Amino acid sequence: MSSPAFLQPSRHTKKRRRKDEIFKLVCVFAAIVAVAILATLIYKVFVDGIGRVNLDFLRKSPSQAFPKKAGILSPLLGSIYIMLLTILFVVPVGVAAAIYLEEFTIRKNKLVQFIQLNISNLAGVPSIVFGMLGLSLFYTTMQLGKGILTGALTMSFLVLPMVILVTQEALKAVPKSYREAALALGSTQWQTIRKVVLPRALPGILTGIILAASRAIGETAPLIVVGAVGFVTFNPKGLGDRYTVLPLQILDWIGQPREDFRVAAAAAILVLMALLITLNSIAIFIRARHQSKV
Amino acid sequence: MALADLTNQPKGRSLQASSGAARTRTITQVIVRAVCFSCAAFSIVATVGIFAILFLESLPFFKAVPIGDFLTGTKWEMMGSTPKYGVLPLVVGTLLITVGSGLVAIPLGLGVGIYLSEYAAPKVRKVLKPALELLAGVPSVVFGYFALSLVTPGLRGGIAWLQEILPTLSPVMPEFRPANAAAGAIVVGFMTLPLVSSLCEDAISSVPKALREAAFGLGCTKSEVIWKVVLPAAISGIVASFILALSRAVGETMAVTIAAGATPQLTFNPGNEIMTMTAQIVNVSKGDVSRGEIRYQSIFAIGLILFLITFAMNMLAQRYVKKMSGRSAS
Repeated sequence: MSSPAFLQPSRHTKKRRRKDEIFKLVCVFAAIVAVAILATLIYKVFVDGIGRVNLDFLRKSPSQAFPKKAGILSPLLGSIYIMLLTILFVVPVGVAAAIYLEEFTIRKNKLVQFIQLNISNLAGVPSIVFGMLGLSLFYTTMQLGKGILTGALTMSFLVLPMVILVTQEALKAVPKSYREAALALGSTQWQTIRKVVLPRALPGILTGIILAASRAIGETAPLIVVGAVGFVTFNPKGLGDRYTVLPLQILDWIGQPREDFRVAAAAAILVLMALLITLNSIAIFIRARHQSKV
Repeated sequence: MALADLTNQPKGRSLQASSGAARTRTITQVIVRAVCFSCAAFSIVATVGIFAILFLESLPFFKAVPIGDFLTGTKWEMMGSTPKYGVLPLVVGTLLITVGSGLVAIPLGLGVGIYLSEYAAPKVRKVLKPALELLAGVPSVVFGYFALSLVTPGLRGGIAWLQEILPTLSPVMPEFRPANAAAGAIVVGFMTLPLVSSLCEDAISSVPKALREAAFGLGCTKSEVIWKVVLPAAISGIVASFILALSRAVGETMAVTIAAGATPQLTFNPGNEIMTMTAQIVNVSKGDVSRGEIRYQSIFAIGLILFLITFAMNMLAQRYVKKMSGRSAS
């Protein structure tokens, strides 16, 4: 009943097919591991911390003596202030730089290429080095103190390359015909950019801004260098006030020996992750809506 | 060059511009262009500024500590009557983390990248890609917590189990301390995995379809097509992703500060507590330091090394990326 012998795959072919199967399994396995890492991480934090998350946790100030009563109000506010100020500083500069690189340079000359290379490099500089830039420039030289202003300025330098690169991508995605049509109607280049290109690129730019915001919330190292402290019980009121941020509060609690602080740390991580996931989902939502419109 | 670049565009126009409105428009155009240009040029100022600050602030340090002692010293002890500033333990600590993270992130990331571009169904991609983006966005502190609460206990449990089933080998098995280099390296590997996978995916999917079809036409199996045609064609981009991931690991701070400890010692044992260059900077910054103190100066010296290493790695990666884009354009 079986097919004739000459139609059967040779031993060599069988071996090759088996190898093919194995390789596919290896790749699938890698993907499963990657998802498993994320799932385990979220699960672990969730199990450890969910019992501690409630409204009181958000409303109360941290404590180093009473882990069960401690809250995260001051670090949460610190994180939000840092995020908003960073966005305020970085968006005008970042978007303008991207506009120059994409719209005002018709031929990519040496200078533009150099700036471009430089931005890619800046994106790869370790975050802590930006902290040292902030420490020397804003704290030691300009005497801005160790408050929120110094932190936000430092953070702006850190996320600037990211904002420029994402905005450039958004501008690149606007079809050339839009610009040609506007220019042909007699607009100047700036009018074209302002009234045609930017509105069209807005969803992409917003995505970039949201990504920058989540980076600003998650980063810790540069803020430690420019003077954010691990434990602050008062809420920041002015730009020069000492402050703490969520990741730093988590760091402080992780370092405490008592188990209850670990639980508080997990709960704070949960709040931080919820913030980040919300920001990420907004970015994904904007992108999806934009894509469906095209 | 910059000035000419700023004005060459509207010049032809302004000759013909007769009405006031047209002139205002032209002036606006020039101003906007100049503002945008200065923002773009600002990025160069930032890079030059970083380098200048690291260099200038570490000068007094190198006056107090000879550069030879700094680079070849095997002890970093800031306390005590005769402080020693030998950077080697910190460099080796960073190296342990970087190599270890590469062992985790490179094979896994490449596997995921291949899976995403060659095997995954569109539906799976739609879930997997945002998941990876989310993993990339998890803050470093969270990975530190993960290392302390899960990875280190896991490593210790694994070793205990191995000792039970292979008692003869137990003398050579590493003993994992509560803070250890291995846990730090593993979580940094998790952090850099999404970077490797997304860059590899980009590199692999930019390989022209015709190459794959030709190989299939010659009777290759899918894995043969991938190994013998697609990967060699995408190798520049893949190598660039590896270098960028390692460079990220060199600069990673919070996860290693939490997971790998704060004891600078010259060791290659992954079970030991170590200290990376970044962790040392954080450690000093936590106390109140100000200009004039040698401790303040020392972190800039470490920062300078850190900056130079990552800068060199990034430049190298950029060259590979350029190779890639140059080729696919031709």
